[in-house]
Amino acid sequence: MKFSVTVTLKKDVLDPQGKIVGQTLKNMGIKNLNQIRQGKFFEIDMDEKDSIKAEKQVKEMCEKLLANQIIEDFKINKAE
Amino acid sequence: MKSSVIVFPGSNCDRDVAIALEKLQFKNSMIWHKETELPKSDLIVVPGGFSYGDYLRSGAIAAKSNILSEVINAGKKGALILGICNGFQILIECGLLKGALLRNSGLKFISKNILVKVQSNNNKFFNKYKTNEILKLNIAHNEGNYFTDKKHLEELENNELIPLKYCDEKGNINLKTNPNGSINNIAAIFNNNKNILGMMPHPERMVDKILSEEDGLGLFLSLMN
Repeated sequence: MKFSVTVTLKKDVLDPQGKIVGQTLKNMGIKNLNQIRQGKFFEIDMDEKDSIKAEKQVKEMCEKLLANQIIEDFKINKAE
Repeated sequence: MKSSVIVFPGSNCDRDVAIALEKLQFKNSMIWHKETELPKSDLIVVPGGFSYGDYLRSGAIAAKSNILSEVINAGKKGALILGICNGFQILIECGLLKGALLRNSGLKFISKNILVKVQSNNNKFFNKYKTNEILKLNIAHNEGNYFTDKKHLEELENNELIPLKYCDEKGNINLKTNPNGSINNIAAIFNNNKNILGMMPHPERMVDKILSEEDGLGLFLSLMN
């Protein structure tokens, strides 16, 4: 069973990398760009048929390691 | 005084700390991260470096290592714990200290001598310094931009839990004297019981006139007090 997880900085946390990427894109001519926030992306493959159990485990992974919940939010997507 | 320095793959300030401790007659042991038992220690140091290559987030992987659960137990029982630089990041990732260390606001790795002002000496780590004393220490980090929520920040400010703030030679603490964007110019914080200290500057690099300067010595002398 496959999942994807995106981890992004919370709204009120400054994202200097995203800001610079956004600035560079504007300099490259993309004038209608509002803003860019940079994050992380994980592909997770679980040896598990029970989707409820697997999703619960992925959530636990996010809470315990993949995201630092003080500064980051995470979103879990089931692939396929 | 007995001390333990925790060593991870990628630690690179472990031996400097050990030399500083031994200079002051600490009986020091180096503890590899795979160990499951910590020798009885008055002081545990989590040193600087790039544990696990800073994978995922600085300190995140080290925070889950075998020995860290022992360090967490010792910290909860009141042992003195000092986390320097990457060690500070690890103490935050394992939950012993609150908040987060973000990428420096200028997006650059900063390696230079800076000035910090002692905000409070009413603790185990800074009692040999005077309040408002200005120290020259060295910083070398990419993620030293301390961030926390408003409520915790107030808690830190109101309870003397911020021992060091970045300043200039006149002691001014403001945006101009802030090297990395850290909230309120914070360079170091305590937990509520003040037995656990996390700091971005490296005191171990300033303990010998032959090598550099000696402003970091007072921290190790304070610990012996």
